[in-house]
Amino acid sequence: MKLDAQIPEGPIEKKWDLHKFNLKLVNPANKRKYHIIVVGTGLAGASAAASLAELGYKVTAISYHESPRRAHSIAAQGGINAPKNYPNDGDSIYRLFYDTVKGGDYRAREANVYRLAQVSNSIIDQCVAQGVPFARDYGGLLDNRSFGGAQVSRTFYARGQTGQQLLLGAYSALSRQIGLGAVKFYGRRDVLDIIVADGQARGVVTRNMVTGLLETYTGDAVILATGGYGNAYYLSTNAKQSNASAIWRAHKKGAYFANACFTQIHPTCIPVSSDHQSKLTLMSESLRNDGRIWVPKKQGDARDPRQIPEDERDYYLERLYPSFGNLVPRDVASRRAKEACDRGRGVGPTKLAVYLDFADTIKRNGRDWIVQKYDNLFDMYQRITDENAFEKPMRIFPAVHYTMGGLWVDYNLMSTIPGLFVLGEANFSDHGANRLGASALMQGLADGYFIIPYTIGDYLARTKFTPMKEDHPAVVDTLSAVDNTIQKLVAVQGNQSVDQLHRKLGRIMWEFVGMSRNAAGLKKGQGEIRKLREEFWKDVKLPGTALEFNQELEKAWRVADFMELAELMATDALHREESCGGHFREEHQTDENEAKRNDKKFSYVAAWEFKGVGTPPKLHKEPLKFEYVTPSQRSYK
Amino acid sequence: MNFTLKIWRQKDSASKGELTTYYTSDITSDMSFLEVLDKLNQELIKRGDDPVAFDHDCREGICGSCGMYINGRSHGPQRGGASCQLHMRSFKDGETIVVEPFRAKGFPIIKDLVVDRSAFDRIMQAGGFVSVDTGGTPDANAIPIPKKIADVAMNAASCIGCGACVAACKNSSAMLFVAAKVSQLALLPQGQTERKERVIAMLAQMDKEGFGSCTNTYSCEAECPKEISVTHIARMNREYLKAVLS
Repeated sequence: MKLDAQIPEGPIEKKWDLHKFNLKLVNPANKRKYHIIVVGTGLAGASAAASLAELGYKVTAISYHESPRRAHSIAAQGGINAPKNYPNDGDSIYRLFYDTVKGGDYRAREANVYRLAQVSNSIIDQCVAQGVPFARDYGGLLDNRSFGGAQVSRTFYARGQTGQQLLLGAYSALSRQIGLGAVKFYGRRDVLDIIVADGQARGVVTRNMVTGLLETYTGDAVILATGGYGNAYYLSTNAKQSNASAIWRAHKKGAYFANACFTQIHPTCIPVSSDHQSKLTLMSESLRNDGRIWVPKKQGDARDPRQIPEDERDYYLERLYPSFGNLVPRDVASRRAKEACDRGRGVGPTKLAVYLDFADTIKRNGRDWIVQKYDNLFDMYQRITDENAFEKPMRIFPAVHYTMGGLWVDYNLMSTIPGLFVLGEANFSDHGANRLGASALMQGLADGYFIIPYTIGDYLARTKFTPMKEDHPAVVDTLSAVDNTIQKLVAVQGNQSVDQLHRKLGRIMWEFVGMSRNAAGLKKGQGEIRKLREEFWKDVKLPGTALEFNQELEKAWRVADFMELAELMATDALHREESCGGHFREEHQTDENEAKRNDKKFSYVAAWEFKGVGTPPKLHKEPLKFEYVTPSQRSYK
Repeated sequence: MNFTLKIWRQKDSASKGELTTYYTSDITSDMSFLEVLDKLNQELIKRGDDPVAFDHDCREGICGSCGMYINGRSHGPQRGGASCQLHMRSFKDGETIVVEPFRAKGFPIIKDLVVDRSAFDRIMQAGGFVSVDTGGTPDANAIPIPKKIADVAMNAASCIGCGACVAACKNSSAMLFVAAKVSQLALLPQGQTERKERVIAMLAQMDKEGFGSCTNTYSCEAECPKEISVTHIARMNREYLKAVLS
């Protein structure tokens, strides 16, 4: 199969408009005849489900949460980008497009990114109309701040709870449609497999998490908006339940998986404190607007940071990158923090941390000013660490946060399985090898509110559907395959808990497929993942039965899938013999330790085709063409 | 640190539940309360016992999934945080900690500490929104909103829908939850068109779900992890009166 990204012809600023005109339409009276299944109710899923129902489609929305509002989009703190240029600082659609392509280290599709920048302004309008209480200035107009990788202020925010407010906006739109009967919502349902009939995605198999009973839902198209796979590392800033099962099962059914090794390690997280740690907590990137990152110049300097004089501190980001300073992109900031710690200049009890210091800003603008802007973040820091960041600099360290890779989709957001659409973090499409801050919320809502409502109609109008009944072989077979796997899991009756095995996987991934990678380590990692996978299927221990509320079984299914996905991540990282964005191969760096791309050989999207567990996947390449932004060595100096 | 945990165990909604006693040791003060439950569950699984079921997800106090009644208080002894943000330094070494689900007629128990809070979703579906379809909205800066008002609306909007207010209330009233949304949208210009219908519909659904009335004990405000003020209830009552009298 040849990959066709379906990128429209024409100049970049016209592509989306021309494409929208060329897309086939479903007439309003016919829309109710089509049934769309949306999996996941975060920003992308909730906005898609609501918008499609408003258009008149019959929509079923499914989530493993009890309520759509619990989706992990809720935890995004910092903000959402849009080039409204309200601050009059020279922003434009083209600049956001340019920054995003460059920030992604030239591994994203230009046409997709341009469209993202184009529709982002409408997202802000939409959210404000819903009653999202964005931050405002004293004149009553919307306030902006800056994020990494940008020299303009284009980030809209609602204190440190922007994701919450945007999700509650999308949730309110979805709730309205549920109330009207246009969307049926099924909560506490785990989607365990995708039903593919006659080559089309036609439904899903779910497990009712309260009763344990398996169920099937069928329709004319399936949308996966199930988020990222950062929990392959066990410790990450993702929510505990965030998982890759829906996209991984789709991959096993024929959807190609793209750029699996592109993971984002976020520079400002609270450091790991002990072995009991169950997850990591992010401190919003917005803090880098006003906090200065430093380490002591002297190795092993254990003095109280307040006792270390100015000239014995190394504000290394300001020193190395004078023009962007503390606001360099995430991949750069993370790598430099790791480097400082590797050189013995890390701070805190574990020496795996650097300081983020607000003393200068407090001196300049006063404590109240900080409280206004970041109060809940300072509060959160104090709760976790028992330290007051108004008095003493925060300690931060990088942690797994986001996955740029995901299921391959074309310009219409359709995967290589016809009728299977993938939105938000679950797809690979817009962020290249590194996502800029405040762009995840933008992409999730762009996909859901403003892209899928157009593109899915074209697919439905062009496609012939045969009716799906419960006794269709594809439904029966998928259901029984899921049931068999569950029986197999429950029957293992080994000695190790799911968490024990998941932690082991996390350690392998962090060590060999983490912040910096090399060929020998990746090969070793692959071997260890394979061994651990065998160990899992021989030794996992599950309490209880499949036909009851069983949280260990839920986790076991997800971890079993992570064990397979992890190997693909290592394979993809090993094959990509270059450094770009969040993918840093030690063999490929400049004299100044910056990521060194190899555009001649690797300017493509790596889309992997599943060939069986333990069998090497097949690589398909989608070449990337840069007609507008010329790839260069990214410089933030 | 060592603790005695008395935890509500209930097999399913049809069974009778009871408090069961467990002992935990080797706890450090920097562990979160949920990490103590994680550790206990690991021990239970090893012994072949059924682990304690509890809802949790983001573990940073924003998703609203976790909710437990700890030592007689929603989300435990600390103010202004969810159960997942509670650290063991908030307890004395050797203490006995009683852990129960959020109890209310509107929140039936599913298993152990897991309750069904879908009543909150149905209240939202009754009117917790601005009826605006995707697309065709005016420019975001077309309607200036005074910062002071936007800030109060944001305070209300920060509700995480955990249900602590209901569990803390002797009447199992959901007034603070409903008021937070009514108040947010009543304060903002976007919410004006449906102002009357919204408050009437949401309160009617609240009654239908079996939540009680407000008798001004303020325990909801005291236990709210987002410290949402009861002044929003006062605003909702005014909204309701204006809506039914006009």
